[in-house]
Amino acid sequence: MKTTLRFTLLSVTSVLILAGCGSDDDDEVMMPDPPVPEPVVMTYEVTITNLTAAQPLSPVAVMLTAEQQYWQVGMPASDALALLAEGGDNSELVNAGGVLAASDSGMPVGPGDSASVTVSVDDAEGVWLTVATMLVNTNDGFTGITGYDLNTLTIGDSVSMSVMVYDAGTEANTEAAGTIPGPADGGEGVSAGREEADSVFVHGGVVSQEDGLASSVLDQSHRFDNPAVKLSVTRVE
Amino acid sequence: MKHYAYLLGAATLAASHLHAAELTVEVQNLTGGIHFTPLLITAHPDGSQLFEVGEMASAELQSMAEGGDIAPLAALADSLNADSVTNPAGGLLGPTATTSAMLSTADDNVRLSLVAMLLPTNDGFVALNGWKIPSEPGIYTAYLNAYDAGTEANDEIRGSGMPGQAGMPVPPPLEDLVGTGGSGVTATTTNAMIHIHPGNLGDAMPDGGNSDISNTVQRWLNPVAKVTVTVAE
Repeated sequence: MKTTLRFTLLSVTSVLILAGCGSDDDDEVMMPDPPVPEPVVMTYEVTITNLTAAQPLSPVAVMLTAEQQYWQVGMPASDALALLAEGGDNSELVNAGGVLAASDSGMPVGPGDSASVTVSVDDAEGVWLTVATMLVNTNDGFTGITGYDLNTLTIGDSVSMSVMVYDAGTEANTEAAGTIPGPADGGEGVSAGREEADSVFVHGGVVSQEDGLASSVLDQSHRFDNPAVKLSVTRVE
Repeated sequence: MKHYAYLLGAATLAASHLHAAELTVEVQNLTGGIHFTPLLITAHPDGSQLFEVGEMASAELQSMAEGGDIAPLAALADSLNADSVTNPAGGLLGPTATTSAMLSTADDNVRLSLVAMLLPTNDGFVALNGWKIPSEPGIYTAYLNAYDAGTEANDEIRGSGMPGQAGMPVPPPLEDLVGTGGSGVTATTTNAMIHIHPGNLGDAMPDGGNSDISNTVQRWLNPVAKVTVTVAE
């Protein structure tokens, strides 16, 4: 679809240049400058809806990127991802290599709430989407999608999906006081070091005090299941 | 989820005509603390299946789900002239690990299934059940759930992998990962039919409590596996 769009725009540009030549009385044969296509601006609106009972989402990062995945089950999390997954801080991830344009929701997104983030990119060779946010009442749980191909989405098209929760594998899920940055605890965000296995996996859920982990600062309301969020993506330009 | 829709669409595209296929089947364990026993991956005829959710488990499925023994199910598949691969990982498939298998399928074998027991559980298993193999070459993805065979109470304590005998088998690689001395979570089965596994309960005591499962490490949420099937040109 992208190819078709480009072709159309180039054709329009050529017509304009030809019209310009037609009204030009200069006798010299001049080669026109190669046509410079109008920059193609691609703008996407991403809406995230928090489907959990009591897991606020950290400010949701929305990144338009080159073809790249910012996490993969079975691979170690990057430091930038660990920062987001343990502390809700997306500042490194949105500046990671391959990011063409990024924005975030500015505010946390509470249970039952939605937030929309609009991001634009000019003249990209191709656009892939990464959305990432921490479930803040966890040790290192995050959700989102990465490396999602937007190139078949034409203007006005929407796609929606339910996504699962991942564990960054960078901090043990102790649920202990002082280890969880969300309102359930108010503990520290990023901790030093990695877990032994040090790889991203699909989160097994939180246990909570009521369900058998006496040392947990979490209660039954902080439990979650998949899917934890709904994402919808619309290409608006 | 998007991938389910994709699969359904692909299945619709696949005409009902029979076709041989060259498949690569990649299986990834998505969990952080569960091991898969040796996998059975099999392409079998329309109208056959390894199990049906909501129905009672066969003896063959029970052997797999309670003890990780896929030989009876593989023999059943052989009797249907299925094309099968057993144990592609050469043992347990650990948390987040991936294995893959090549499968050449005969004309009649148009359904793909895959099973393995989940450890530590009593009778939990992961499955792809009779997925229609697309005739269109391409790469297809499916996310798989964890099932409970309904054949054994989920007492969550060390015991036997023999069908009908209580407790969880603990093969050597899991020896240090599974607790001891649990008193047993429950002695009853509330749903004797194959159903979606309610998940491990576990406890926080490695040497006591009611479960030998670790509640912070060996729980899971679905999906527990990702399957990527490449249908060659």
